[in-house]
This record gives sequence, structure tokens and C-alpha cells, in this order.
Amino acid sequence: MKAVITVIGKDSVGILAKVSTACAEAGANVAEVTQSVLDKYFAMIMMVDIDNMTCSIEELKGNIEAGVPAMTVHVMHEDIFNSMHRI
Amino acid sequence: MLNTKDIMETITMIQEDHLDIRTITMGISLLDCCDSNIDRACEKIYDKLCCRAGELVKTGEEIEKKYGIPIVNKRVSVTPVALLLAASGGDPVKYATALDRAASSIGVNFIGGYSALVQKGFASGDRELIASIPEALSETELVCSSVNVGSTKAGINMDAVKMMGGIVKETALLTKDRNCIGAAKLVVFCNAPEDNPFMAGAFHGIGEPDCVLNVGVSGPGVVRAALEKMPEDASLSQVADLIKKTAFKITRMGQLVGSEASSRLGVPFGIIDLSLAPTPAVGDSVAYILEEIGLEQCGAHGTTAALAMLNDAVKKGGVMASSTVGGLSGAFIPVSEDAGMIEAARSGSLSIEKLEAMTAVCSVGLDMIVIPGDTSPETIAAIIADEAAIGMVNSKTTAVRVIPAIGRGEGDTLDFGGLLGSGPVMSVNKKSPAVMINRGGRIPAPMQSLKN
Repeated sequence: MKAVITVIGKDSVGILAKVSTACAEAGANVAEVTQSVLDKYFAMIMMVDIDNMTCSIEELKGNIEAGVPAMTVHVMHEDIFNSMHRI
Repeated sequence: MLNTKDIMETITMIQEDHLDIRTITMGISLLDCCDSNIDRACEKIYDKLCCRAGELVKTGEEIEKKYGIPIVNKRVSVTPVALLLAASGGDPVKYATALDRAASSIGVNFIGGYSALVQKGFASGDRELIASIPEALSETELVCSSVNVGSTKAGINMDAVKMMGGIVKETALLTKDRNCIGAAKLVVFCNAPEDNPFMAGAFHGIGEPDCVLNVGVSGPGVVRAALEKMPEDASLSQVADLIKKTAFKITRMGQLVGSEASSRLGVPFGIIDLSLAPTPAVGDSVAYILEEIGLEQCGAHGTTAALAMLNDAVKKGGVMASSTVGGLSGAFIPVSEDAGMIEAARSGSLSIEKLEAMTAVCSVGLDMIVIPGDTSPETIAAIIADEAAIGMVNSKTTAVRVIPAIGRGEGDTLDFGGLLGSGPVMSVNKKSPAVMINRGGRIPAPMQSLKN
């Protein structure tokens, strides 16, 4: 099972590092990252494997938010996207 | 593999366009709580509700966090209480108090089922229950009440219609110091569905299993946002197609949440109610969808046609997205809960007469409409009769939820707060229907052939 992490906001140094650290600490393996910076605006979508995660999705979201407090963070189970966009 | 566009689309729907699951409603049968002693029946009800729905709110919150989608309401619907009253007799308000107590200890937003089904006539307990509605709704916080007064098969029980005109007025009177809120929790139905998850009209029909989970989806904001991106010269077939696709996506959310909740709670999944239910939040409005389709303001000529198309497209898109569909399914037009409807009513573009026409093609009826406080019980009964006739003849559910604003007249506003919103007092035809209403009796069931 995977979860989708999205981080959006003003670009600054070390966002990817902080988010990845939070994932590593939670035992969530990063499977894929898409990232872009447009007009100083940072947008990242990260797929993480949560089979061996040691905390809940909600706790992971809290830990990421604590690392990058200025950004908008969503952590959602992949099923919500699969069910909406795949028949 | 998921692509970036899909992920961002879903997140935008939730963040910007107010996509949410409007309600997960657990239907619970109270037939096994029947007792000839009313106090013992109330105890059984309390115990059964706490046992069955004890985890409902917690489970809902867990699912919200897992998928990042809000589930706005968690509710319970129960067997029409008039059936229990028939066995026990006694003061029906005791049942209302027991339901209220159970609802507040399990933490749900509303509990529905203080109801009676009297489309063909009154059985034992029905009259007593209906007569007690004003007191029950004024003494409880979370209890919702509904009465079914007509159906396509049975016709319209005009004695019940007459009675309900007075009951609606009295309910508003008894709660006049709380913005007449009692009347907002009372619905009068024709062809009431037994599996509706939406309040205030939810009850658990007697053909339903012991316990079942129904889901109501929402998302007028998502449909409006999708239409906004469409060019003005796109044809109505293209508009209908886009609404269908959007409704499909919205409904898939309901299916996901419903099946997950039912497996976590160990309760069978009942139905998804494919409804566009507006909220007072700006943007989350059915009226704005109609305006986006191309009307200057909701209520203009063309509103009924646009709504008919919207309602049908929502169903077509939603049906494929879910395993079982039921409830009210369609577009809701509750005036006080819809920012665009409130504006249209205030500017005079939207009248009760136009709303009545709209109810012939959409999912419910005259919903959350504030009428002058001096409207007579006979006029309220006649509004109910008109609406029931539309439902009866067209084989569809219609309902009336009007709120007489006691002590206020046209130009005033009644503010309920929260999801119920606020509504301007709308003008009502002042000619008297009293003689017709006082005749009582029944309007016979209509022909089902020779349709014209």
C-alpha cells in the first residue's frame, strides 16, 4: 500500500530533505518523487510505501508539517486517487 | 500509475471546491425494542443505539484522516417511532428524549426517525406521535422528525395534511426564541424513501435490515468549478456530459468511504445517495451551477430546464460509480443552505411558485424555505398538499420543510447558523385555501396510464 504526500508552498532550502527525513523516521519508503519549482512556488508529490510504516498516516502528516511549517501538506492513502480516477 | 494531474485534481476538489462526504448515516431497526412498557422500550432503544452506533463517529474520523476527505456529518436513522408507540402507548415525547440522549452520548450530529407513515390512514399511535412532534422537537436538540402523508400508490391523506399544517406552525411557535429551529427539523413527505441518509427526513424503513450504513455525497462546488472552465458556446449536451463525469468522480468517493466504513463497523453497506447537497459556504451552491450553465440568476425562466438536466446528469454519472444507489439522489434546493438561492430569493428573482416548479424535476421539494410568521396553518397545509400532489403524480419523492418565522414578515431574515444557514422570509400567496383543506378525506391515487 502507498500513500501520496503533497507539499505545496513558497520555495526554501531543504524542503525535500526534511520531508524525506520524516518519512525515513516513520519507516515509510519513498517510491517516487515529482517536484517542480515555478515562480518561487514549490510543489512536490511523493509516493511512499506504507506497508512497514510505524505510525499512522495522520501522525506522519503531523511530523512533516512540524518540519516544514510554512507549507501546505497533505498525506492521503492512494486508494482515494485510484477510486476517483480509475474504473 | 497515478499521474500528477489526477492527484492535483482530487486535492483541488477537496481544498478549493468543498468536496466532502456529506454524511454517513447508520440505519438501525428498533423493532426489537418494542415493549408494552414505554420506559422499558426507551431503555432498550438507548442500549441498542449505543451498542450499534457507539463506534460510528470514531470510525468516521479515522477514515477522514486516512483519505484526507472531510465527512461532515455522522448520523443515525431509526425505525419510525410511531410503530413502537403503537405497542407501548404512553407519552411519545419519552421516545424523543431517549433518542436525544442516545444521540448525544454516541456523538452524532442528528438522529432521525421520530416519524409516522400515514399516507393511507392513521394506525394506532400515529395521531399521538404527530400531535407530540412540536413538544418533542422543542425539548430535544438532535432529534429529527418526518411524516409521510402521501404516495403514488395510496394517494394523499388530506386529514394528515391538514394536521401537519398546524403541527409545522406550532413547532415553530414552541421554538420561536431559537429562530423557530424546530420547524427546520421537521419534514412532510410524499413517497418517502426508506433508506435516505439525509436529515431531517431520514428514517430506517421497515423493509431494511437490522443495521445498515448509508452514505450521502455532496459536491455542488466541484460541478460548478468544472463548468466554469467550459467555454460559453459549449452545447448543453457537452455540459450534461461534463456534469456526468464530475458526478462519477464525486460518487466514487462516497463508494470508497461507504465500503470502508461498513467493513470497519461490520455493518452491511446500504446505498449511496447521489445528491448535490449545497452548504451556505460561498461556491458550494446548486444555484451557482444553474447560473454557470447560463442563467443571469437562479429563478429566471429556464431554471427548471437547467435543473432537470443537472438532476438527470448527476444520476447518470453516479449510478455507474457505485454499487447500489438509493435515497433521494439528485440535486437539493434548500433555500437557506445555498448562498446562490439566498441571493436569488432576496433579490426577488426566486419565488415559492418557481421553487415549486423546480421540485417537479429535482430530488426533493420545498426545502428550508422561511415563510411569514402569520401564515395560517391552512395555507401551510395547502403548500404541503401541492407539493405532495407533484410527488404523487410524478412517482417521485417530494417534501416540504418550511419554517414559519414567528413574529417576522417579508424582508426579515431568519439565521439558523451552521449548515442550516439563513433565509430571507419569502412571500406566500395570501388567498385562503381553508375550505378545501378543512374538507379532509383522501385524494385518490392517480392513474398510472393515460399519462399526459
